[in-house]
Amino acid sequence: MSSFKTMSAFKTNGPTPTIAIVDYGAGNLNSVKKAFDYLGAKTIVTSRPETVAAADKIVLPGVGHFSALGDLDNTGLREAVLQGVRAGKPLFGICLGMQWLFEGSDEAPKCVGAGILAGRCQAFPSSVKSPHVGWNSLKPRGDSCLLRGVAPDSFVYYTHSFHAPVVDATTATTEYGALFSSVVERENVFGVQFHPEKSSDVGLRVLRNFCEAGL
Amino acid sequence: MRPVCEVQVLTKRIIACLDVDNGRVVKGVQFVNLRDAGDPAECALAHARDGADEIVLLDITATSDKRRTMLDIVARTARGLFIPFTVGGGIRELADAAAVFEAGADKIAINTAAVKDPSLIGKIAARFGSQAVVVAIDARRVNGGRGGFEVFVAGGRIATGRDAEQWAREAATCGAGEILLTSMDRDGMQSGFDCELVRIVADAVSIPVIASGGAGSAQHFIDVFDINNGRADAALAASIFHFGIDNIAQLKSELRAARVLVRWPC
Repeated sequence: MSSFKTMSAFKTNGPTPTIAIVDYGAGNLNSVKKAFDYLGAKTIVTSRPETVAAADKIVLPGVGHFSALGDLDNTGLREAVLQGVRAGKPLFGICLGMQWLFEGSDEAPKCVGAGILAGRCQAFPSSVKSPHVGWNSLKPRGDSCLLRGVAPDSFVYYTHSFHAPVVDATTATTEYGALFSSVVERENVFGVQFHPEKSSDVGLRVLRNFCEAGL
Repeated sequence: MRPVCEVQVLTKRIIACLDVDNGRVVKGVQFVNLRDAGDPAECALAHARDGADEIVLLDITATSDKRRTMLDIVARTARGLFIPFTVGGGIRELADAAAVFEAGADKIAINTAAVKDPSLIGKIAARFGSQAVVVAIDARRVNGGRGGFEVFVAGGRIATGRDAEQWAREAATCGAGEILLTSMDRDGMQSGFDCELVRIVADAVSIPVIASGGAGSAQHFIDVFDINNGRADAALAASIFHFGIDNIAQLKSELRAARVLVRWPC
């Protein structure tokens, strides 16, 4: 469908970096892989900590319930992802994967997030329908690597029931009953609440910006 | 269930629906008299380029022997599509749903199988998330609507005796992520959505309701999205988009002029 350019002109001198898409048993990762593949990125869907450790970049996708992230702890994936971050590898959390970057979520109070960003994820106020499903707009907030080339107020596709607070690392916000973080970035850690793989050309641009981050 | 405050920040979705029979897109009137409208993958990409916010592909005569063909079509359609993609028709158990997701769908729509066994909704939701489960409801007015709205299954062929509002509520409780609500009375008629039906269901559940059946003009979409009328979160149409009667970009610009928030530029 997309008129969006693929990454045949991928700006890299060395071999194409390998992106590990972490599979912790929640939901359907095909769409995320398909979008990266469309852009010419080299991806591997994996549930093995050693494969995550060997990759150059890490994507933590996620749909469903925050408690599913508990499986990261039981499988050694949590440590593999955090070690990668400490080693300076770019990490990209999508939807639930972005929420995991925070300390936790009211959706599953016993489940501990990565704590890279301060604060907890909360439910939407009762003044709006939940889940938040559909296309909503991005309000940029400060410099952003992920939103390079993306116009302010661009629409992206969401589907979620809990939302992350606005923090120092927030580079875009979205409003739905409350103002929440729709994009977060801190050094080599990136996250988006929306689904870039389902957000048409805007989403493909965000994925491509991640592919090019740190090159 | 309905929010008290209605500050509209979320856009109303325009969903293009492809009814597929024997590998081709077809469109009928009140579920019969099918006309050919093209190749599913090509149609889906054309609608996406034209500004559709989502694509729904329904296998309207799903049988087990044709399922492989259908999965090929799903895979071929999904390949170049980067907007939400829902597939329905012939999904009877968890394994069917898993195969459709594997082929590239983001959401599945279930109808007959969910009425037969509502626990199927929860089973699919537990594995793929509620956001991936759309419960499709085909409803028809009883005594012109004085007797409420009755749910039909098997492509509109079998009356269930069940009330649409109650079934929508139960489906939501079971874990459905969205309701795709089709008025059989209005299907293919291009005489407007059944706003009364849509409003009753939208008020009964807290999950999004997609209105279907009857789209014929921009005004019909304005009516079905109106908080004082249909209250739909999204609207789906097939006929008007297939035969060049309208295109989605034109529809969206008319909606914008009527102050309906839509994804733009699309």
